[in-house]
Amino acid sequence: MTSTAAHTVGRSATHGWEDITSWVRQRGVYIALALVILYNVIFTAHFNQWDTVQLLFAQMPPVLIVSMGMALVIGTGGIDLSVGATMAIASAVLAKFVAPASSHGLGSPIALAIAMALLAGLAVGVFNGTVVAVGRVQPIVATLSLLVAGRGVALVITGGALVELFDPFLKVVRQGQVFGIADVMIVAAAIAVVVSVLVRRTTLGYRLVAIGGNRRAAVLAGVPVRSTLITVYAISGVFAAVAGLIATARLRASDPSYIGLLMELSAITAVVVGGTPLKGGQVRVLGTVAGAVLMQLLQTTLLAHNIPNSVSEMVEALIIVAAVYIQRPSRSAA
Amino acid sequence: MTAPAEFAGTRRTLSTRSVTSLVSRNGAFGVLVVVMVIGFLTVPSFGTADNLRNTALAASFLAIISAGMTFVIISGGIDLSVGSLYALAVILSADMSSHGSWAAIGVPIAACAFAGLVQGLIIARLRLPPFIVTLAGLTGIRGLVFYITKEGNSHPSVPGKPFFETVSRGSFLTIQNPVWIALAVFAVGWYVLNRTAFGQAVQAVGGNDTSAALMGLPVRRVKVIVYAISGVAVGISGVLSTGLSGGGQEARVGNAYELSAIAAVVIGGTLLSGGVGSIVGTLFGITLLYVIQNLIVQGFNLNSYVQQVVSGVFLLVVVILQAVFSRRSETE
Repeated sequence: MTSTAAHTVGRSATHGWEDITSWVRQRGVYIALALVILYNVIFTAHFNQWDTVQLLFAQMPPVLIVSMGMALVIGTGGIDLSVGATMAIASAVLAKFVAPASSHGLGSPIALAIAMALLAGLAVGVFNGTVVAVGRVQPIVATLSLLVAGRGVALVITGGALVELFDPFLKVVRQGQVFGIADVMIVAAAIAVVVSVLVRRTTLGYRLVAIGGNRRAAVLAGVPVRSTLITVYAISGVFAAVAGLIATARLRASDPSYIGLLMELSAITAVVVGGTPLKGGQVRVLGTVAGAVLMQLLQTTLLAHNIPNSVSEMVEALIIVAAVYIQRPSRSAA
Repeated sequence: MTAPAEFAGTRRTLSTRSVTSLVSRNGAFGVLVVVMVIGFLTVPSFGTADNLRNTALAASFLAIISAGMTFVIISGGIDLSVGSLYALAVILSADMSSHGSWAAIGVPIAACAFAGLVQGLIIARLRLPPFIVTLAGLTGIRGLVFYITKEGNSHPSVPGKPFFETVSRGSFLTIQNPVWIALAVFAVGWYVLNRTAFGQAVQAVGGNDTSAALMGLPVRRVKVIVYAISGVAVGISGVLSTGLSGGGQEARVGNAYELSAIAAVVIGGTLLSGGVGSIVGTLFGITLLYVIQNLIVQGFNLNSYVQQVVSGVFLLVVVILQAVFSRRSETE
C-alpha cells in the first residue's frame, strides 16, 4: 500500500525517468547491439571492413534460422530442445541419400536428398507438435526425449561415422554470393521476413500468440489449438533441417555428433536476449535477429581482443541474465 | 473459525497428490522390476553380483545430482547448471587435494553451494525465469571451469590422500561407498521433503507460489534454498567422482548431465510443472536409466548411439503415460 502511494506521489517528478527506463526496457537488445558495434568500430582493428561483415554473414545463418522457429515455439509458451538433434538428423538424411554407394549412400540426386532432409525435419516437428498438443506432454520434456534420442537416430542413419560430401551443390551453398552477400544469409533474411509477416499479419500468427498468452482462453475463443501447435513445431523442425543443411555444406561433411551441437541453447538465448518472454504470448522477430547477432558479435569481439574462450563464456552468461533482467516486464504491467 | 476448513482442504489436496505420486512412482518402480526380471532371465552376465555392483556405482554420481534436482523441480523450477557445476566440483576437488582431504571435500561443496545460492537469489529476488538463469549458469560455470583449467589444458590430479580417496574407493558389505552415500542422500532428501515444514513448503511453492505466499510461506527463501541444495548435491557427487578417479579429468566432464538428471526426475514421477513429486521415484528413475544402459551394453551388444535412441524413446513413453495419468487424476 505504502509503495503504491509513494509511487503516485513521485510520479510527476520521476515521469521522465520512467519514460527513459521503459524506452530502454523495450529496446534493450538494440541498444546493447549498437554499443557492441560502436565499441568495435572504435577499438577493434580491422573491424570496419567488408570481410568482417562477410565472416559474420557466413557464420550467422544456421543460428538465425533456428532462432526464428524457436521464437515461434516460445511464442506459444513452449520450447523446442530438439532443434540441434533435428539439424543432425537432416544432415544424416542428406548424407544417406546423396553419398555414393561406395560410402553406404543411395547415390540419389541432390534435389531428392535435400527434399528428404527437409521432410525429416518436418516429420520431427510434427512428431514434437503432436506429443505436445495431443499427448499434452510439457514441451520441455517432449522435446527433451528427441534431444536425447535424435542424435542417436542420426548416428544410426550414417552408421555412426562422419560422411564426407563432395556434391557440387553444397559448394554453391557454401560459397555462393549475390552482390557480395552470401546466399545463405539471403535465405536467412528471407526466412526472418516471412516469420515476421507470419506473426503480424496471418491467422496462424494471431493464434500462436493467443495460445501462448492463455491456452484455456484460446480454446474457449475457438482457436484450433492442436493444429496450430503442430504447425508451429513443424515449422521449427523444417527450419532446423534447413540450418542443418547449411551447416553440413559449411563443414563439407555430415558429422551427426557435431552438427547442431548445443544449438538449442544458442537459439533459446537469441530469442530470450531479443526480448521474447519465455512464458509465451509474444514473439519479437527483429529482437531475436538482434539477439542472435549480438551474441555472435560478442564472441567475435572478445576473440579479436585475445580474451580466452573461457572468459567469453562467463561474459555471455552475464549478458544473458542482464538482458533478461533489463527487459523483464515492469511490475505495473504484470 | 476458518482453521478447520483450511485443514480439510489441505488434507484433500495432500491425498490427491499422494495418489498421483503413488501411481507415477509405482510406474517407474514397476518398469524397473520388469526390466530387471527380463535382464536376469535373458542376459546371463547382467545378474552377476559384480555387474550389479558396478552398475550401482556408476549410477550413484548422477543419482546424487538427481536428488538435488528433485527439490528444484518440485519447487517449480529447473536447474540446467548441474552438468557444469559437477565439472567445477570435480576440478576444484582435484585442485584442492594438495591442501589435504578436507579442502578437497569442503571447498568444492562450498563453491557449488555458493553457485546454487547465487542462482537461487537471482531467480527469487529478481524474479527471472529459472530456465534462463540456470542456462546462463550452464554457460558461465563451464567457462569458469575452462578458466581454472587454463582453457582445458591442465588436468589436476590427486596426489595420494588416504582419507579422501577411501571415502570414494572403500566399500562396506562389499558395496562401494558412493552407493551408500547416494542412498544416504536420498534418505535425508526423503526425510526433508516429506517430514519437515521446509519440505512441505517446497511442495506448496511448486504447486502455486501465489497461494503459498498468501499462506505466509517464505516463498523466496524456499526458492533460494532449493538451488543451494542442488548445488550441495552436485558438489558431493563431484567430490566422490574425483576421489574415485584420482583426478585428471577433462574440463568437459559432466557435459549434458543436466539432461540425464532431469530425465531421471521426470521418469520417477515428478511433474515438471512443480508441486507434485517423489524423491524415491527419482531413485528408481536413475536406476532404471542405468540398468537399461547396462542391459544394452551387456546383452544386446548395441552401439552407444542405439543406446541413446532407446533411452530417448523410453523417456518419451514414460512422459506420455505420465501425462495421461496426471490428467486422469485431475478429472477425478
